[in-house]
Amino acid sequence: MAELSKPRLDSVFPSAIREGIIAGMIAFGLFVLIIGFRTDQNISNEPILTQRWGLLFIMVAIAAVGRFLFKAFISPWLTARIRARESAKVVEAPEPSFFRRNFSRLAIVFLLVYPVFIVSMVGMQGSLKWVDNFGIQILIYVMLAWGLNIVVGLAGLLDLGYVAFYAVGAYSYALLSTYFGLSFWLLLPLAGIFAATWGVILGFPVLRLRGDYLAIVTLAFGEIIRLVLVNWTAVTKGTFGVSGIAKATLFGIPFTSGKDGFAAIFGLPLSSAYYKIFLYYLILFLALLTAWVTIRLRRMPVGRAWEALREDEIACRSLGINTTTTKLTAFATGAMFGGFAGSFFAARQGFVSPESFVFLESAVILAIVVLGGMGSLIGIAVAAVVMIGGTEILREMQFLKLIFGPSFTPELYRMLIFGLAMVTVMVWKPRGFVGNREPSAFLHKRKLISGAFTKEGHG
Amino acid sequence: MSTTQSMSGQSEMDPILKVEHLSMKFGGLVAINDLNLEVKRGDITAIIGPNGAGKTTVFNCITGFYKPTGGMLTLARKNGEKYLLERLPDYLITHKARVARTFQNIRLFPGLTPLENLLVAQHNALMKSSGYTILGLLGLPGYKRASAAATEKARFWLEKINLIDRADDPAGDLPYGAQRRLEIARAMCTDPELLCLDEPAAGLNPRESAQLNKLLLDIRDETGTSVLLIEHDMAVVMEISDHVVVLEYGTKISDGQPEVVRNDPKVIAAYLGVEDEEIAELIEEVDTPSVADPTDLAVAHLTKEAVAEIAQEQPPAQAGGPKAKPARKKPAAKPTSSQPAGKSSRTSARAKKKPSEGSK
Repeated sequence: MAELSKPRLDSVFPSAIREGIIAGMIAFGLFVLIIGFRTDQNISNEPILTQRWGLLFIMVAIAAVGRFLFKAFISPWLTARIRARESAKVVEAPEPSFFRRNFSRLAIVFLLVYPVFIVSMVGMQGSLKWVDNFGIQILIYVMLAWGLNIVVGLAGLLDLGYVAFYAVGAYSYALLSTYFGLSFWLLLPLAGIFAATWGVILGFPVLRLRGDYLAIVTLAFGEIIRLVLVNWTAVTKGTFGVSGIAKATLFGIPFTSGKDGFAAIFGLPLSSAYYKIFLYYLILFLALLTAWVTIRLRRMPVGRAWEALREDEIACRSLGINTTTTKLTAFATGAMFGGFAGSFFAARQGFVSPESFVFLESAVILAIVVLGGMGSLIGIAVAAVVMIGGTEILREMQFLKLIFGPSFTPELYRMLIFGLAMVTVMVWKPRGFVGNREPSAFLHKRKLISGAFTKEGHG
Repeated sequence: MSTTQSMSGQSEMDPILKVEHLSMKFGGLVAINDLNLEVKRGDITAIIGPNGAGKTTVFNCITGFYKPTGGMLTLARKNGEKYLLERLPDYLITHKARVARTFQNIRLFPGLTPLENLLVAQHNALMKSSGYTILGLLGLPGYKRASAAATEKARFWLEKINLIDRADDPAGDLPYGAQRRLEIARAMCTDPELLCLDEPAAGLNPRESAQLNKLLLDIRDETGTSVLLIEHDMAVVMEISDHVVVLEYGTKISDGQPEVVRNDPKVIAAYLGVEDEEIAELIEEVDTPSVADPTDLAVAHLTKEAVAEIAQEQPPAQAGGPKAKPARKKPAAKPTSSQPAGKSSRTSARAKKKPSEGSK
């Protein structure tokens, strides 16, 4: 193989050098006036011509060398790769590696030991950032995206206002606990029920809508909820938000510094990290519950009906499926998990305000679902790690200040990078990270279904 | 044919579906005009007619996809329950009245496997046994049993339509004929008492359409399901149907057993035998060619035979022809027939033959 490719590489070099020189000449022609000269005005409004030959040279060199490298190395590598892939197609697909086969199990084990691992690595106080900002933050989005996945990925109903249910859940907990002093464990299911109710309320008017129209109405619904929260100041305190929300307790044991606090009872040194680790396991449990319910539902008639609805609504009705209730259950189930996540969010923050429930949040959650591959739980989890973890990691990249100067704040570029990443992934994998659909039942062998056959739904 | 006659004779007293005074208007367009028909229990009833005759509209009215402008559609189930289909929403027509349908352009769930397609069709039964999801979510054994039974039923139908080997491939990946069979199987998985098939043989090759005939006869004989089908493929219609209804321009022009309908002058004029009739006329009006051209002689011989055949069956009634089929083909034939014998008459006969073949 190496012998075969060697002469090809040699023959590529002269033409690559030629291409590089041509590219350099074109670049020179283009840039000589634009970059090579710079006109300024001095204090007495006289034009001054500055010559920048060095910069021009750099630009021309980048063009020429870049073209040369592309022609000499990258494009042969690409063609070789395509050829290799074509020949690989004939060969039967190899058995996936141990890592790939057991990815979900390994991931769950990793998530379970993650706080322990972090605490042992960086100590109690140092673990705060890694457990809270990374662990909890990412898991909240994983859960939200898995909840939205039921509506968008399975039932094919494009929902741009999902954050509304998150807000309903958060405010249910915040208001009911501050006004009535109800506990977190009672309010967690209640928040889910409230959000599900709002899901049905949203569902009814949009039943007849499809596609773009559905998206617009759900978007508006999200805004309505937010504006109500802003303007109903008597109850929600408007933009000031609700603060001092009660924390969650571990079966009645509060995480406080008092005598019956968690640390005192277990005889541990006082640290805020316990609460964070507790919250981490709580959201991990909630997220896994979402996944478990989704997996179970997909094998139930209602889950199959959701997917059938995504594929063809008219055929569904011809099979005696009540599409109205099917759509409503999808909205309600998705909203319920949003509500759970919302009440958890309120308990974690201790403070909620309408600021947290803007359209951008809906867009991020939807982006995670689409990026991960609609319907695929693992793909969505990976996408959430990449998107949310990626933006969090930008905060850590303070060394970039050394390169770009002290005024450079990397986290400000997160939306830019976010967008770039999305475009790249969508070009590279149009169906998301995991584009294949796993059938919910099989007779002989479970075969993945290529994304080319599944539909995205029309609303 | 004798078996089918006895079949239809048996069920004479018991229509499963009665369509009375059905009419459907789209704005000013009258798609169906005062249509009456009966589908007998245990029969295969075919609705035929030229394109645009309103066949699919009748189907859409029966299955609830259109709400008819007027008329009554009564469905009588085996257990004696009666449903007025025009008052039911479409999904209840399948769920309660047990009318299942297929579509002219196949509507499978392409991203689901054939097995899943058949499981989706058993939605209502499974929904009940899963305690409307809640009990099934808890993993109670009742749902597991029902689920296994549903898979077993799906397996039965997959074997029946010869797709058991491809049960786990995406349905959108199946060849066209297999998709048609799968759609019929999917409709059958809803446990229908009346199965409505919209052009099941369209796009099938002769072998596949023979398989389809067998499948439909099996469905009728083994499950006792009454079948109502729209079909253009006369081989299918004449071979398997017990009863044929002919529509044209939204009205019924003929109704009866296949051989009766085939010989009905109105039907021949409208749909089936236009070219035979025209050839006959042609020959009647034109003298036997005395030209020496051997092809002309051959044509003349063939047409003579055709005349003899028609005369044997039943001479085309002149009264029926012009009334049912206005001025579209007749005048075109007449001028050519008045021309002297020879090449022109032959070509015109050929030209006439082509379009009618296409319509079949």
